[in-house]
Amino acid sequence: MISASERGGQEVVGAARIEGPIVVVEGVTGIGYDEMAEVVDRQGRIRRGRVLEVGERFAVVEVFAGTTGLTIADTSVRFVGEPMRIPVSSEMLGRIVDGLGEPIDGGPAPLAEHWADVNGQPINPTARVYPRDTIQTGISALDGMNTLVLGQKLPIFSGSGLPHDRLAAQIVRQATLTHTGDASYAKRFAIVFAAMGIKHDVAAFFRESFTAGGAISRVAMFLNLADDPPIERLVTPHTALTLAEFLAFERDMHVLVILTDMTNYCEALRQLSNIRGEVPSRKGYPGYLYSNLAMVYERTGRVKGSRGSITQIPILTMPNDDITHPVPDLTGYITEGQIVLSREMFQRGIYPPIAVLPSLSRLMKDSIGPEHTRADHASLAAQLYAAYAHVQDVRSLASVIGEEELATADQAYLRFGRAFEQEFVGQGPEESRTIEQTLDIGWRALSILPRDELTRVSEAEINEHYGEH
Amino acid sequence: MSVLIGHVVWVNGPVVRARGSEHVGLLEVVEVGDEHLVAEVIGLEGDVITLQVYEETSGLRPGAPVFGTGLPLSVELGPGLVQSIFDGIQRPLPVLEMRSGTFLAKGIEATALYRKSKWSFTPQIESGTDVRPGQLLGAVPETPAIDHRVLVPPGIVGRLTWVAPAGEYTIEEPIAHVENGSGTTVLTMLQRWPVRRPRPYHHRLPPTEMLVTGQRVLDTFFPLAKGGAAAIPGGFGAGKTVTQHQIAKWSDADVIVYVGCGERGNEMTDVLREFPHLTDPHTNRPLMERTILIANTSNMPVAAREASIYTGITLAEYYRDMGYDVALMADSTSRWAEALREISGRLEEMPAEEGYPAYLAARLAEFYERAGRVVTLNQETTGSVTIIGAVSPQGADFSEPVTQHTTRFIRCFWALDKALASARHFPAINWLDSYSEYVDEVVPWWQDRGHGEWHRLRAHALEILQRESRLQQVVKLVGPDALPDDQRLVLETARLLREGFLQQNALDEIDSFTTIEKQIRMLSIILRFHDRAAAIVAKGCPVVIVRRLPVVNTLLRMKTSVPNSQVDLIGEIERSLDEEMDELESDYS
Repeated sequence: MISASERGGQEVVGAARIEGPIVVVEGVTGIGYDEMAEVVDRQGRIRRGRVLEVGERFAVVEVFAGTTGLTIADTSVRFVGEPMRIPVSSEMLGRIVDGLGEPIDGGPAPLAEHWADVNGQPINPTARVYPRDTIQTGISALDGMNTLVLGQKLPIFSGSGLPHDRLAAQIVRQATLTHTGDASYAKRFAIVFAAMGIKHDVAAFFRESFTAGGAISRVAMFLNLADDPPIERLVTPHTALTLAEFLAFERDMHVLVILTDMTNYCEALRQLSNIRGEVPSRKGYPGYLYSNLAMVYERTGRVKGSRGSITQIPILTMPNDDITHPVPDLTGYITEGQIVLSREMFQRGIYPPIAVLPSLSRLMKDSIGPEHTRADHASLAAQLYAAYAHVQDVRSLASVIGEEELATADQAYLRFGRAFEQEFVGQGPEESRTIEQTLDIGWRALSILPRDELTRVSEAEINEHYGEH
Repeated sequence: MSVLIGHVVWVNGPVVRARGSEHVGLLEVVEVGDEHLVAEVIGLEGDVITLQVYEETSGLRPGAPVFGTGLPLSVELGPGLVQSIFDGIQRPLPVLEMRSGTFLAKGIEATALYRKSKWSFTPQIESGTDVRPGQLLGAVPETPAIDHRVLVPPGIVGRLTWVAPAGEYTIEEPIAHVENGSGTTVLTMLQRWPVRRPRPYHHRLPPTEMLVTGQRVLDTFFPLAKGGAAAIPGGFGAGKTVTQHQIAKWSDADVIVYVGCGERGNEMTDVLREFPHLTDPHTNRPLMERTILIANTSNMPVAAREASIYTGITLAEYYRDMGYDVALMADSTSRWAEALREISGRLEEMPAEEGYPAYLAARLAEFYERAGRVVTLNQETTGSVTIIGAVSPQGADFSEPVTQHTTRFIRCFWALDKALASARHFPAINWLDSYSEYVDEVVPWWQDRGHGEWHRLRAHALEILQRESRLQQVVKLVGPDALPDDQRLVLETARLLREGFLQQNALDEIDSFTTIEKQIRMLSIILRFHDRAAAIVAKGCPVVIVRRLPVVNTLLRMKTSVPNSQVDLIGEIERSLDEEMDELESDYS
C-alpha cells in the first residue's frame, strides 16, 4: 500500500472525540467528504477509515477496524486526499483478501492493473444491455419457475439454519449458459465471493466447495468474518464489486458475485447510524437504507461495449423468518426477484426447500421460450404456479374436513402437490438437471391433474406434453 | 452567468452548507465546487446557505466555491422532448453516455434539448394580432405522432409584430416578436419553466372522460378519468411496474411521461428496448414517438430523485397546455418520499411518522393536485394531466405514512395483493380493496359509446365477486360440496370472472390490450351465463353439470382467442351458450 503521507495528504495528531467506531478530529481544514483516512495508534499501527462528515474545522471518521485501544492524545489521523481506492487485477482470482481488499492468504499483494474507487459510479441506464441469456443452474425450482439470467441480481431470502449456503454453492458449481449463450462462457467465468460477518465454518464450507468443484483458481474471496470488525463490513461488498466491475467490464469476464450475509451488512449500517444519532425509520435502520442497498445491488448487469457481465446472488437471513423485515423488504424492491427458502419444507426433508409461491424472477419473462429454453416454458410455469397455489387452499380445507371428504379433483391436487414438492422442487444437492428434464418433470406432475383443470396451458401444449412423461 | 456566492463549510452526503452571500434566493440553483455540481438552495439562515446537491458529493471539501445562477430549478421546454430519456434534473442520458461512457461521472454539463437540431416551424398566426398567453404561434412536427404546438408563454401579452415564415429553425432562433408597453419580447421555441411551480391554466374541468387503458380490471371495474389521479400500492413482486408499463403502452393518452424514480436500472433499459418496437393501438405509431422517459434509478443521487417527479410533471403540463391528454407514471412515489426523508434526516429536522418529515403530506398533495383536466390560458383548448403513482409500502403494509397520505389526494386506488401475485393472478389488483371515485362521473362517457349497460353490469359482477369472497370463508371450513347449488354457481361464475375476465396476460399478444367494446361483450356474456345457469340450477340441475358444458372452457379462453378486431366472435360464443343452455333446460323442465 502507498501510505497517505507519500500521496501528500494532511495529518493531524490527537482526536477530539472517540465513540464507537467513530473518531472526530478537529483543527483540520479542507478535508474532502468520503475521503480515505489512516488512523495511526500509539504503537504506529495503521487502521483505515473513511470521512463521514466534514465541517470547516473538523472531520468525522469511521474506522473500519474499530477504535479499541485508540487514545485521545496519541492517535494521529492522516487524510489521503481522495476517496477510497483499491488495486484491482485479474491476479486477484484465486486469492483470499480481507474486507478492504488486503491479502490474508499469506501471498504477496497482487500487482495492481488499476486503482479503482470503491464507491463505483452508477451505470447510465442507456448504457445497459437488457439481460436475456438464461443461466441453467440445474435446479428445477429455479430453471423451471424462477429462471436466473446472466446479469441479474437475484437474492436468496433465507433463515438461520436453512441450507442457503449449500444452495448457493450448488448454483455456482452447476451454472452454465443454455444453448443460446456464449460458448466461451466457461473460459471467461469468475466468482467474486464477499463474506460479511459470517462464521468461519461457512467461509470454510464455500472454500472447500469451490476447491472441490475445481473453480478455486477463478474465485476471489473477500472475507470479513463474524469476529472481524463490523464496520469493515460496510466496505466489503463495495470492494468486492469494484473488482467484479473491473473483471466484467474491463476484462470481459462473466462474474458471479455471492454476497453473504446482507443482514449483517445492514446491521453494521444500523450500528453506525445509531452511534451518529441519526433519525431512525423502521426497526432502527436509517432512512437511507434503501439507497445504500441500491448502491450495492445496482452494480450488476451487462453494458454496451463489454462482453462481460455481473450476476449477483446476495444471501440474507430474514430475522425471525420475517419477509416484511426491512432488510428483505427493501432488498426485494431493488433486486430483480427473490428466491425464498421455506423452513416448513426444510423440516419435511425437501432439498432445496425453495418456497415456490413467494419466489420470483423478474427477468424470466424475456429469457425463456423457444429461442431460449422451450416453447411451452412460460405457460407450463404459469400452470404449475396456479395449480400449486390451489394446492395450498385444498390443504387447508383437507386439514378441516379430512382428505376423504374432498372432491375428486381436489384429491388429485393433493397428489399433484406432493409430486411437485418431492420430484420437481426436491432434488439432490449434487443433481444437475437440464432445462428439458426440468420441464418434463413439471409435465409429469401436471399429468396427475384432470386435463380440464389445466387452463394456463394451450390445447396444443396439452396434446403434446400431457401424460407423455 | 454564475457568480461566486460563498464557500462550503460542511458536507454530509447530499446536504451541504455554505457561508456567503445573503442575496441568494430559496430554491435557487447553485453550482458547488470546482466540478460545478448542480445543487438547489433549501435553507437560508443568516449567511449560512443549506443546499441539496443533485450529484455525488464524494471528495467535496470545505472551502470549495459555490456559484449562484440566479434561477430556480427549471426545465427546458421545446421540440425534442418526446422520445428523450433524461435524468432527474433533465440531463439527457444518451449525451451523458457520450461524454462519460458507461458510468455516470460527476459535473457533466449537458443541455436538455439539443441546440443544433433544425425544426420545421409553420406559423399559424398573422403578425399584427394581439396575443395572450397560451395562444398558438405555430406548429412543429415533433414526431409523426406528436404535433408540437408553439404557444405564447405564460405572462406574455401584447401585439405580435413579427412571426417567422415557415421554415427550419433551431430552438434558439427567434420565431416571433411581441410588443407591448414595456418593449419587445423575442420568442424562441425554447422556453423554461421552474419545476416546483405548477404551470398556469384558465380553469379546471370535471374529469368526465375516461382514460382507456385496455386493462379490463381497470377500465371496467375501477376506471380512471383523464385529469384524475390514481395510486397503485403494492409490495415487491406484486406487479406495480408491469401495471405501470401496461398503462404506458396501451392507454389512449396522447403523451406519456414515465418517471422511473429510484427504481431498477434494468427496468428503464427494458422500456428503452421495448417501446420503439411496440405500436400504439390508437395511432398505429411506435410507442416511443409519444413517450418521454425520466430515469433516476435507485443508485443515482438521491436529491435528483426528489427533483425527478417535478421535472416529469412540468413536462406533462407543458404538453397539456398544447391541448394534449398526458399521462404521467411515477414509479415509485415511495422512493421520492424516501428521498425527502433522507434529506430531512440530514438536516436534522424533527421527524413525524417513521422518520418522514412532517411536510410529507403537503408535498404529496401539491404533486397530485397538479393532475387535472383544464381549459388552457387561451380559454379555448382543453388538455389534461393524469397521474398514476406507484407506492411501495414497506412490508406491503398499507398503513404506512406514504400510502396513507396518498389515499387522501387520489380518487382511484388500485390495491395490489401479494396473495393474488403469488397465485400468478395478474394484474394482482384486489377487486375488494380497490376503488374508483370516478365511476359515476364516467357513466355518460360509456353511454355516449353505446354502453349504457356498463354501470349495471359492473355492479352485478362486483356483487358476485363479493358474494364469492364471503362464501369462500365458508368453503375454507366445510368445502365447496357442502354449499347449496345456487351458492356453488356463484363460485363458478366468480371463477369465470376471475380467470376469464380479471386475469389478463401482459405477455400475450391478444390479451395484453382489450378494447372497451370487447370488455363489455366479455363481461356481458359471463353474466348471461350466470343468469341462464341460475335459472337452470333453480330447476334442479346440479352445478357440476353446468360446469362441464363445453362453453365454460370457451368463456375462459375468449380473452386470448377473440382478437380485438373480431369481437363479433363473442356473438357466436353467445349462440353456443344459448344452445347448450337450452338443451340443458329442456332436460330439467
